[in-house]
Amino acid sequence: MTATNLLPRNRRPADGPSPGSARTKRRRRPGLMLTLGLTGLGLLVVLAVVAPWIWGDRAEELGPSVHLGSSGEHWLGTDALGRDIFARTMVATRLTLELSALATLIASTVGITLGTLIWVSGPRIRAVGLRVIDVMISYPAVILALAIAAILDPGPKACVIAIGAAGSPSFARLTANLAASVAGRDFVGSARLLGVGPLRLMRRHILPNIAEPLLVLLSVSYAHTLMALSGLSFLGLGVQLPDYDWGQLLAGGLQSLYTNPVEAVGPAVAIVLAGLSASFVGDGLAAAANRSRRADAPAKATKPAEANAAAAVGTAPAVPDDAVLVVDDLRVLRKDGTALVDGVSFHIGAAEIVGVVGESGSGKSLTAMAAARLLPGGLHATARTAELRHPDSAALDLVAPGAENAETRRRLAVEIGIVYQDPSASFNPALKLGGQLTETLRVHLKASRREAREQAIEQLDFVRLTDPASRLRQYPHELSGGMRQRAMIAAALLTRPRLIIADEPTTALDVTVQAEVLRLLRAANERDGTAMLFISHDIAVVGDLCDRVLVMYAGRLVEELTAEDVREGRARHPYTQALLAATPRLDTAAAAPAESAGGPEASAGEPASAEPVRTLAAIPGRPPQPDERPPGCAFAPRCPQVLAACHDTPPPVHSPAPGLSVLCHLEQAGARTGETGTDKPLEAAR
Amino acid sequence: MALANHPSAAAPGGAAAGPPAPPGTAGAPTAPGGLRGVLASPWLVFAMRRLGGVALVLTVLVTLTFAIVQLMPGDPARVAAGNNATPEQLTQMRHDLGLDKSVAAQFGDYVAGLFRGDLGHSFQTEEKVSDIITDRLPYTAELALLGVAVVLVVGVPLGMAIAVACRDGRRRRLDGGFTLATGLVGSTPEYVLGTLLVLVIGIQLEWLPVAGAATPSALVLPVVAISLGPVCTIARIVRRETSVVLAQDYLRTARGRRLPARRLYLRHALPNLLTSTLTLAGLLLAGLLGGTVVIESVFAWPGLGTRVVEAITLRDLPVIQGVVLVLGVLACLLNLLIDIVLGLLDPRTLSGKAAS
Amino acid sequence: MTPVLQIHGVDVSFGHGPRRKDVLHGIDLALPRGRTLGLVGESGSGKSTLAKVVVGLVRASSGQVSLDGTDVTRLRSRADLFALRRRVQLVPQDPYASLNPRMTVGETIAEAIDPRRGGAARHRAAVAERLAQVALGADAADRYPHEFSGGQRQRIAIARALAVEPDLVIADEVTSALDCSVQAEVLNLLAALRRDLGLTMLFISHDLAVVRHVSDDVAVMHHGRIVESGTAQAVFDTPREAYTQLLLASVPGRRRDAA
Repeated sequence: MTATNLLPRNRRPADGPSPGSARTKRRRRPGLMLTLGLTGLGLLVVLAVVAPWIWGDRAEELGPSVHLGSSGEHWLGTDALGRDIFARTMVATRLTLELSALATLIASTVGITLGTLIWVSGPRIRAVGLRVIDVMISYPAVILALAIAAILDPGPKACVIAIGAAGSPSFARLTANLAASVAGRDFVGSARLLGVGPLRLMRRHILPNIAEPLLVLLSVSYAHTLMALSGLSFLGLGVQLPDYDWGQLLAGGLQSLYTNPVEAVGPAVAIVLAGLSASFVGDGLAAAANRSRRADAPAKATKPAEANAAAAVGTAPAVPDDAVLVVDDLRVLRKDGTALVDGVSFHIGAAEIVGVVGESGSGKSLTAMAAARLLPGGLHATARTAELRHPDSAALDLVAPGAENAETRRRLAVEIGIVYQDPSASFNPALKLGGQLTETLRVHLKASRREAREQAIEQLDFVRLTDPASRLRQYPHELSGGMRQRAMIAAALLTRPRLIIADEPTTALDVTVQAEVLRLLRAANERDGTAMLFISHDIAVVGDLCDRVLVMYAGRLVEELTAEDVREGRARHPYTQALLAATPRLDTAAAAPAESAGGPEASAGEPASAEPVRTLAAIPGRPPQPDERPPGCAFAPRCPQVLAACHDTPPPVHSPAPGLSVLCHLEQAGARTGETGTDKPLEAAR
Repeated sequence: MALANHPSAAAPGGAAAGPPAPPGTAGAPTAPGGLRGVLASPWLVFAMRRLGGVALVLTVLVTLTFAIVQLMPGDPARVAAGNNATPEQLTQMRHDLGLDKSVAAQFGDYVAGLFRGDLGHSFQTEEKVSDIITDRLPYTAELALLGVAVVLVVGVPLGMAIAVACRDGRRRRLDGGFTLATGLVGSTPEYVLGTLLVLVIGIQLEWLPVAGAATPSALVLPVVAISLGPVCTIARIVRRETSVVLAQDYLRTARGRRLPARRLYLRHALPNLLTSTLTLAGLLLAGLLGGTVVIESVFAWPGLGTRVVEAITLRDLPVIQGVVLVLGVLACLLNLLIDIVLGLLDPRTLSGKAAS
Repeated sequence: MTPVLQIHGVDVSFGHGPRRKDVLHGIDLALPRGRTLGLVGESGSGKSTLAKVVVGLVRASSGQVSLDGTDVTRLRSRADLFALRRRVQLVPQDPYASLNPRMTVGETIAEAIDPRRGGAARHRAAVAERLAQVALGADAADRYPHEFSGGQRQRIAIARALAVEPDLVIADEVTSALDCSVQAEVLNLLAALRRDLGLTMLFISHDLAVVRHVSDDVAVMHHGRIVESGTAQAVFDTPREAYTQLLLASVPGRRRDAA
């Protein structure tokens, strides 16, 4: 994250309920790589233990025939003294593994200790320490080993110490960085506030949370150590005769490479296999850690299309002729067929601002991205109709499968402007603003560099960024969050699009900046007559900005109402009502019974219970997962006014006027008083 | 807000991660640039930081190489004079080498010598160490730099291509094959690769020379041997980093502009990729220098590596000192080079560690 | 009766020399027992830093922070600081980061009850009691944080803070990571705890509507200063300072009579 001034709200989790709810018990498969690696290492360890007993004598036995090629008796030939290479390779396993283990042990112990010390010491020492480690880490291990070997006499001791020392900085750095990142997490801070001592803090809170990456490094480091040690032996600086390890055997093999190449094969293969096993363990562990961190996709596939077919029937709403965006029965599907957005229909008229509101997981953002033809990989959209209409040319199909042609791409780029949620992440940090802002103009409208620049300056001026010309030469990180979002709006306006899709554009912003951005969007709508699809989780924001509001719940549309209805709290669907009742408001709070008079000083001794407690309506339970959405109304399990029909029968559409609708059984059941609906004659609920 | 996140409440504008941004940027309505801009140029800050780093490395190197003589068990004079030296010869040798002075004085002499370019004489051959280095350095540098070039030119595009081809879980077979193959080659040490190359291409097929540095074609096998492993490692890193970058919001923004694929990947993805990739590559390339030392022995390459191994076996101290020092400086320069390239590609890295 | 928390003339600055950055200027606040003070401000206004000063994570460069009349900025000894830390508890913002993923809920709360030797088995009854306080069943103790929703996690974090029986609870943006309906659940819980336990709370939020809902008194921060304070009603209905007026005018969902 580049900006430090983001409001906390932009860290809203992508999905409402916890990613690993009790329902989805993770199956921890170790993965192919991990299995292979562990098996390999296990075999090597067994070999290291038993090989000297089995092949020990044979390895030392001097044979009459030297430099023998591969034969039935000597699979891998014999060396200069007629000893069997296969037996020697097997026997050498023990020494090779031992030395590597020793060096890795040194590297990890020294490194982790050093890293912990660096982390524990104050911020200044920490900064210097990390800097020194950065330098040390970039120093080639082999050269360090050469220096140490020179000091200590060539031999295994020197090599183990040298390779161990050379490997320790990476452990130190990882430990320090991980500890710092874990220590920065809130749970460590909370534990500190509780008075948990440093040792217990390290043992219970920090170590368990950094063990995984350290383990990965350990196995990778073991592979490197093994290769480096063998390399030194290979150079003649490591293990000295009469002892031998794989590197030493390889060096021997190299001497007679021209006459008897098979001699080199045994030790070479052994080194590769051992290194490979250790790195597979590392890769496998890393992959497993990644997997468990990711939210797991449930494998269960449902047939949402059939279940909701009834709701889709008769939903062909009256669409005005000047509509810019028309969407009918839009579904966004995962590869397994699970519908994340399930049969959404709406339209946006010319110069109309339509808001979509819903909680996390309601599918509102996916709806927007589907309309922008920008769904993330692995998802695809289907719809009866989903098109961007144009008075002078053919409508643009937004869900057509397959690749887009150049003309489609041009129209998508030019006719739709997009404003994203997080302005700090949505600009390319490595490119200057100018290039990013003018890109569409230059690529799709073939504008010259100068024209594009002038237009960009004009738009930046419109969004009231000071000194627009020099802003173009700046990098995104040089602007504050609010300025970045205004620049993003300018970029979206540059091509004079017919439709702007704004996906939670104010969620990451401060309230005063949010007000400014909302004003800008409205100004753009008034200036250019741009239609707008505005996504937000905040029903108050949507009510302020938009003309019409769509309320989504669990991937479905539940109600379409005017913004005025939202502002006045006149919702018909129980979910919309609940959402409104759960939102604290400045003015409703004022309507609550007056508080006890007097300033803080005057009321200092007063018990708090004297004051009335205003309650918000909390909605019990949580929204269903996309793959276990009930066949009836998705809100039924949490609905306070639930009817028998709600659970099994999809709610009918009740549409009093074009662009207004409620999908609820209550509308038919007559449970409401004083309703004079122009109801469509759909089956009544029992 | 995270408890350790001190500056979070302090930053009024969108300052970059790390040290405060230079004046005239975050949130300031004044135009950036001008004299103040030049003085606060990130390059200046960068130069200061890096100079500090280089000075540190040099100090450590000089101390370490000096310590080789001090820490070595036994008497360096005896090594220099040979086993049959008389006590008088030994005393004379000790005096010649300056070993009869205090450690501090010896260190002073050593450093003064370094400034004159005097690294002493080989115990064995009596050659000047500086001459040995000027003779052999070009060979090692040639090998290492070519290796670096091959690693970057082959590894980065390969990794990117695989990441793009396998984005969003497509072509799982290709991805698996790539991981397996690069894993296999990547965990094969360069000397084993070298040996195999000699065996197959040099001896069996007799396509290329396997030893010496007489012809340009003699370069091929050693360069392949040292670069093949790092190519695989870099390609894997790039593959991973690319998929991270492809998932970023700003790439979605770029996709929203419906850019041609080439522009999308080269202009929008590549620069962001290089920061993290090259940071890791720096480490890898330093390792590549170490690999050069080893690989020279396989191909009988007349570089610094073969010479220093020989010197260590024979305990030829001045040569060891000189070569270790030069190799260290070379590694340091290589890192500096990478940081400069990084700074050119992504100015944010100048002000400190890139957000990783 | 002395206020639970009394802050007088607190300044905080980070860095030295030319890089020195003043974060808080002359903060004065008083929080009487049993009341809730809402601290509002935008990002960078210094409200979180103020919270850190109160819990002792950030040291004030001048001024006094008194808890029940004891100036905590003077505390130096480890034992005193330990005692201070237990008297003030902070409920952090992000329920996904505030619970150790490798510890069960029971272990987490037991550690709050006894940070030295706390164990889930030893404090089983006490843990169950704390969980009941935040409307969670005793069976929650054996489960790990990832098995709970955001709102439930936030309740666990509150239970952990209350387990210490602190004099003062600081709630730092506790609902800003939550969905609207879940936010209502947490706000209602806080309201109930205030009513039943007479909680003294410093409630920090950028969301004015939420602050209005929760607080008895309100202080508005801007650029490291408190620009306005008073009862919630006074500040929200008759704001005196221009900044407070701007802030209130920016809140969405108000009937637009001014605009």
